[in-house]
Amino acid sequence: MATVAGERLFGKAIKRREDPRFITGRGQYVDDVKLPGMTYAAFVRSQHAHAKIRRIDASAALKHPGVVAVFTGKDMTGVNSLPCGWDLRKEKNIPGVVQDLAMVPHMPLMSDAARHVGDPVAVVIADSQAAAVDAADKVKVDWEPLPSVTATDKAARAGAPQIHTSAPGNVAFKWEIGDRSATDAAFKGAAVTVKKRILNQRLVANAMEPRACIARFDTATGELTLWVTSQNPHVHRLLMCAFVLGIPEHKVRVIAPDVGGGFGSKIFLYNEEVVCSWASRQLKRPVRWTATRREAYLTDAHGRDHVTDAELALGKDGKILGLRVKTTANLGAYLSTFAPAVPTFLYGTLLNGVYTIGAIHCEVTGVFTNTTAVDAYRGAGRPEACYVLERIVEAGARALGMDVAELRKKNFIPRFSGAYQTLVAVSYDSGDYAAAFDKLLQMLDYKKFRAEQAASRKQGRLLGVGFSTYIEACSIAPSKLVGALGAGAGLYESAKVRVHPTGGVTVYTGSHSHGQGHETTFAQLVADELQIPIEQVDIVHGDTGAIPFGMGTYGSRSASVGGTAILMSLNKIKEKGRRIAAHLLEASPNDIEYVKGQFQVKGVPSKAVPFGAVSLTAYVPHKYPDNLEPGLEETSFYDPSNFCFPFGAHACVVEVDRDTGTVKILRYVAVDDVGKVINPMIVDGMVHGGIAQGVGQALWEGAVYDEGSGQLVTGSMMDYALPKADMLPLYETDRTVTPTPVNPLGIKGAGETGTIAATPTVVNAVVDALAPLGIDHIEAMPLTSERVWKAIQAAKAKR
Amino acid sequence: MYPAAFDYHAPKNVKEALGLLGKLKDDAKILAGGHSLIPMMKLRLAQPKHLIDLGKVPGLSGIKADGKALVIGAMTTHWEVESSSAVKSKLPVLAEVASVIGDPAVRNKGTIGGSLAHADPAADWPAAMIALGAEMVCEGPKGKRKVGVDQWFLGLMATALKEREILVQVRVPLLPAGSGAAYMKFPHPASRFAVVGACAALTLDKQGVCSKAGVGVTGAGTRAVRAKGVEAALVGKRLDAATIEAAAQKAADGVDVQADLQGSVEYKSHLCRVFAKRAITEAVRRAGA
Repeated sequence: MATVAGERLFGKAIKRREDPRFITGRGQYVDDVKLPGMTYAAFVRSQHAHAKIRRIDASAALKHPGVVAVFTGKDMTGVNSLPCGWDLRKEKNIPGVVQDLAMVPHMPLMSDAARHVGDPVAVVIADSQAAAVDAADKVKVDWEPLPSVTATDKAARAGAPQIHTSAPGNVAFKWEIGDRSATDAAFKGAAVTVKKRILNQRLVANAMEPRACIARFDTATGELTLWVTSQNPHVHRLLMCAFVLGIPEHKVRVIAPDVGGGFGSKIFLYNEEVVCSWASRQLKRPVRWTATRREAYLTDAHGRDHVTDAELALGKDGKILGLRVKTTANLGAYLSTFAPAVPTFLYGTLLNGVYTIGAIHCEVTGVFTNTTAVDAYRGAGRPEACYVLERIVEAGARALGMDVAELRKKNFIPRFSGAYQTLVAVSYDSGDYAAAFDKLLQMLDYKKFRAEQAASRKQGRLLGVGFSTYIEACSIAPSKLVGALGAGAGLYESAKVRVHPTGGVTVYTGSHSHGQGHETTFAQLVADELQIPIEQVDIVHGDTGAIPFGMGTYGSRSASVGGTAILMSLNKIKEKGRRIAAHLLEASPNDIEYVKGQFQVKGVPSKAVPFGAVSLTAYVPHKYPDNLEPGLEETSFYDPSNFCFPFGAHACVVEVDRDTGTVKILRYVAVDDVGKVINPMIVDGMVHGGIAQGVGQALWEGAVYDEGSGQLVTGSMMDYALPKADMLPLYETDRTVTPTPVNPLGIKGAGETGTIAATPTVVNAVVDALAPLGIDHIEAMPLTSERVWKAIQAAKAKR
Repeated sequence: MYPAAFDYHAPKNVKEALGLLGKLKDDAKILAGGHSLIPMMKLRLAQPKHLIDLGKVPGLSGIKADGKALVIGAMTTHWEVESSSAVKSKLPVLAEVASVIGDPAVRNKGTIGGSLAHADPAADWPAAMIALGAEMVCEGPKGKRKVGVDQWFLGLMATALKEREILVQVRVPLLPAGSGAAYMKFPHPASRFAVVGACAALTLDKQGVCSKAGVGVTGAGTRAVRAKGVEAALVGKRLDAATIEAAAQKAADGVDVQADLQGSVEYKSHLCRVFAKRAITEAVRRAGA
């Protein structure tokens, strides 16, 4: 859309500038990159959940026409384990560590044993994709199958198959947060306590674009260029250079071009990009690989997979006195890049929710299993925390005989701005939790619904409403704080703003858009600050060769952290512009203001220099201040002082088909508070998509392993039920706006809210629908028709 | 996902296709709409050395009414059935079945003959073909023969189609006046195949007594079956709610119900009864309309 200089775009729902190229097939994804002389990689993967490798025979594969090379782990000498970027060890003074994290090795190609179905053990590289795939079938691996364990609650049991020698009993770590004795005391003084086992099943991220990479080693310059589906190309480069391949970082360029979704799964460093990079150096030819959907199911980091026992202590008046949580988190076969952070510091620290709670104690055991590695998936730890809390709060309300809305209202943290210190380390930035909930109840017309529900129950219908009043920690994160908690990285963001001589602006951001719409929202910020048309602004991301070291996109951090870095650079640009303009206008810089796209003497619009004239002067510095460098280009790094804490209230109305157990969503109402909003249409889209994912977890999605064989039974879109548009209702959404004081934009973050809120909302609604049958809990998700039907049958049998 | 290498043949007529089939034998697979075979090939679950594409053979698709039956060419797509005015006016239940197959992309390419020859146990068409008493017209080296639907589905992805034959036509008898038919389905949440599907085709006389009943059940077992017990419990009766309920109780009888992620044997058997009841109830309503 054409915009006018000076027209304020912050808060405007302008259409996404990137969409025309996406919806007309002109995006440039990794798989679109074609290079002369390129070769194709196909990985030989374990069909066993757990098996020793006796021998690998590649002779037949090597004879296959078109095959260039076959490599196994033994060929990759000098290559190290994929690193885990989050340390949980007592000697590092990481708070809450009960048992040190077992840093188990994770080689790019395993040589000793395979530990999950899909574990890569060899790679075939050929002149064509077909030849590579055909030849991979000819690599003979002599396996010695071993017993496997995939279930979260069985991994650490006595007699379970041992997966890593360095992790006895398959325990990866033990960790705790909160105050155990205060929590014990709170439970002693409680009027009512409830205890529930709450399962948060394993999910597959299912980004629309599968992972892909293409590595090109340039023998002339000694440089390696890696195109990879990454949410954080600098992190990929750092991990690969410093930890795995030991090659100099300045000789590696990582490009993450258009990337078709990630949901977290493209944060991490994976075997395939390491192998292709290494192989390209060996073969001196480009090596490419694009995952099949089957490979995506087997190797993209999975999400969630917790088994939790949660207990809540309530006073007679409905006040929450205590919360006790014991969680076992399944990490899969290896430690993915940030895996240990997810069920610890991104989980336990959110258990305070939006409530004043007397005491909290949470202990977490991470376990290894013969499954795909688990790491951050949209929300990462926070949906798990929200699910536990919102389920146990509703169970508590039922046990107490108190309305679920009333119990929430009694316990909300009162409105505040600045700081609310929780019992679980973090300090909230600002919040008005009751306001969001009140708005939700109005939109829902809660009283009217309860009347309709009572009437419908008399007709035998099973109608229910469920809520969640959630909080999340995002805008990740203060570097010093996360460093003290075990992070191997800082979590600032970078932005370089380059003003071209004729006034066009290119922004090089360390954030990475893989669907978020940065090319639009960031340009809105720039157009506002510089008061120039948005058409004059380009946003560049995803190329370590072009942008300053940046941390990428996840944890709803781009607008708040990346956006603030851009704002800082824009302020520097304007400051330098004032000095140039002051010189041109023969005034003092202090007397120059920037109004309607021009630098002018304060209050004197006739004495002014337009932005474009200043930028031209910066590059043609004939009439120019002494002691001022030419050029108009500024770089900033912004490290936030705290997380931001978006919050909100969601409600869902469902009807359960008594005959089949099928759940139908009749209404979904959401009030989110993500602070200030740059582009409401984009935020609405994020909320909608997030709700779809959260509903998906509640009702349909789930990675299922066969316990005997360790095979992933839901390894395709024919088996793994993703939500589809016709399975979802029209959402009713609104917002409250509580700006964060943490950053100058007032933005909290919006990328994950829907995912976090929706899952407990839907499950609570189903339980409410089934309440007349005497059902107050269903342990496992997804709430498939059969699971709900069985709960109904079990309840009937009890009566 | 890349299939194993194969040769592609595009015969211009049925005779040529049969010739290729005779020559290539087990190494060849017939390609119709490709919406079952191609995914299996991409997963390398099927690795035929030759594909014989019927897409270029004229005369294999289209829908005609011959007075007694709708004659549907084997290469007719699900969408062509779903949108056909002949179907809508003469046997609307076929349009109903077609409309719940897969998604629009599948319906635009997938064919009725391909589905019936593939005999996926969770396909939708088989329930309707059984309820309506369809005949499959197969063409082989010695000419054409008809196979009644009750002799067609032999087991998991196994039919009465002989090795050197091609399914060329499906003949679906029209229903007499006073009839109603309905298809009710519990879709797989991911694939939208039928976890359970039930089709009922009923004829009521002027007194409202059921004179003829056809009920087919798909999805739950290794093959679609005729629910004979249900049919017997309907014929000769006035179809009030209690009669329908009692009849539907027999819907899982004779189904070799398979447990999987979508349900235990107990649950799927229950779904057979629920969806049979729903299909019969709706068919009765339509018969009266």
